[in-house]
Amino acid sequence: MKISLKLFAAAAALYAASTFADSTLLNVSYDPTRELYQQVNAAFAKHWQATAKEKVTIRASHGGSGSQARSVIDGLEADVVTLALAYDIDEIAARAKLLPADWQKRLPNNSTPYTSTIVFLVRKGNPKGIRDWDDLVKPGVSVITPNPKTSGGARWNYLAAWGYAMKKPGGDETKARNFVAALFRNVSILDSGARGSTTTFAQRNQGDVLIAWENEAFLANKEFGAGRFEIIVPSVSIAAEPPVALVDTVVDKRGTRKVAQAYLEYLYTDEAQEIAARNFYRPRSAKVAAKYAQQFPKVALFTVDEAFGGWTRAQKAHFADGGVFDQIYKAQ
Amino acid sequence: MESQTLYPHPLSAPVTGGERPQSAARRVTSPTTESALVRRVLIGVALGYFAALVLVPLVAVFVEALKKGFEFYVESLREPDALEAIRLTLTMALIAVPVNLVFGVAAAWAIAKFEFRGKSLLVSFIDLPFAVSPVIAGLVYVLMFGLQGWLGPWLAAHGIKIIFALPGLALATLFVTVPYIARELIPLMEAQGTDEEEAALVLGASGWQTFFRVTLPNIKWALVYGAILCNARAMGEFGAVSVVSGHIRGATNTMPLHVEILYNEYNFAAAFAVASLLALLAIVTLVLKSVVERRAHGAHAR
Repeated sequence: MKISLKLFAAAAALYAASTFADSTLLNVSYDPTRELYQQVNAAFAKHWQATAKEKVTIRASHGGSGSQARSVIDGLEADVVTLALAYDIDEIAARAKLLPADWQKRLPNNSTPYTSTIVFLVRKGNPKGIRDWDDLVKPGVSVITPNPKTSGGARWNYLAAWGYAMKKPGGDETKARNFVAALFRNVSILDSGARGSTTTFAQRNQGDVLIAWENEAFLANKEFGAGRFEIIVPSVSIAAEPPVALVDTVVDKRGTRKVAQAYLEYLYTDEAQEIAARNFYRPRSAKVAAKYAQQFPKVALFTVDEAFGGWTRAQKAHFADGGVFDQIYKAQ
Repeated sequence: MESQTLYPHPLSAPVTGGERPQSAARRVTSPTTESALVRRVLIGVALGYFAALVLVPLVAVFVEALKKGFEFYVESLREPDALEAIRLTLTMALIAVPVNLVFGVAAAWAIAKFEFRGKSLLVSFIDLPFAVSPVIAGLVYVLMFGLQGWLGPWLAAHGIKIIFALPGLALATLFVTVPYIARELIPLMEAQGTDEEEAALVLGASGWQTFFRVTLPNIKWALVYGAILCNARAMGEFGAVSVVSGHIRGATNTMPLHVEILYNEYNFAAAFAVASLLALLAIVTLVLKSVVERRAHGAHAR
């Protein structure tokens, strides 16, 4: 009893000492950005030390984009959020009022320093002959994608499929709905996050095709050894914009506005853009984009604004309770 | 958790007068009429089942952990985020065990030695964490202390952090570990009755003297046993702490959460290295448990 009390006091003292060591930022992010921000955070700490002569530690939290937004709404003190889609940050603005509703206008390029798109990952030799979206609805093709209710990446997947069906000659709402319904009939495992789906497909060998972020597909290829998988780029896909934002209430309370703002602006520098490109995110900087042009296949892209009239409308129509996704998924 | 199925209670054996089931079976020449073959098959099936369900996966954890060599194994455990996770997990245990020792003894004392209104309600409350899913426990704390929760705005205004910080993790851990010590003590203390305490009081001992000289020595081993189980659960808990953690690397990740993070980062060998540390802890717990059981039997035999 006496020993454990002493130990407890020692542990408490240790804990207190470590928590208030130097200035820290918390970046609450989504699933596939772990490797990206590990490198960006180290580079920014060096940059900040050199320019502002201050030490900064950036902590990271990763998870499904929707559930990460939920945590911030519930009080997880994120200085910056870097999530999978604008709607999740809109939710933080709407429900918890931690940042203004027009947050997306505060940084260049819709507050999106890097972009990505949606591609397919198939097993070596492409045994099911998957070339484009139409091949995903064929009978006997087992598709892996996360759940659009909880995963940001999954919502991009869903909207990419929908947009493709709309853009096909003679495409309309009904045809798109039937196409997406047929696609989800072929989904064998519906994980809650993008990283879970990748592990299901690549580590546990489930399914014939994974619908994934381009960066996630490249990373899986790299991590599991080149040659085990092939990346298939469809004829049309969606321009996925994962945005970043400063959480005003938190940075003002913690006194970190200056360094948090600098962190977000740093993401647009050529240095950070290079890191993004090396992690298979499409850079915004024309210079870096030209340098890495070989890496990224050319693909016809449409945006959420063009095809769905923005995220708020897309979310309401497709992913809200009783929306199109619920209807087609329940009907199965 | 395996103790939950150990009936009769190993530490109440001398009081109930019974032997442990195995030794009883050995003494009676043949308690059943089944042939040796049937017995062997049954024992074989039971052992095979446990080997497949427990032993093989446990070995697999260590094999996977050492896949990239011993140096990588040590490196994965010495990495700052892993060290912080280990430290946080130890902190959780150092909070949960002492608090539950005090609460467990107080609750068991009240329940076993006294009659009062609401006694069965208290017993039910102690059992509640066994029945409630840990995820629900975590969510309840989010509802209470979250920014949108009942107390959240007040706490935020006063700069007090509960969830996504150490206090929330401690609360969640306490919630799931509440029953362990009390549940060990109650049956034993009920079986022992109040005779010895009454004798002490009649002979002029004060309340505290009675407690420290009579009650405590009688429940010593059950207390240690409960503390070991409580410690194991505190270190291993995933669901409840996952909900209130916020998953901040190097700050609010306990060991089980860190294992999940490493796994999700394709860092399988490191994930299993940290997992193997948790598995080692389980083995140590088992060894300690059987030592305590043996000691307790020895003590009662005297």
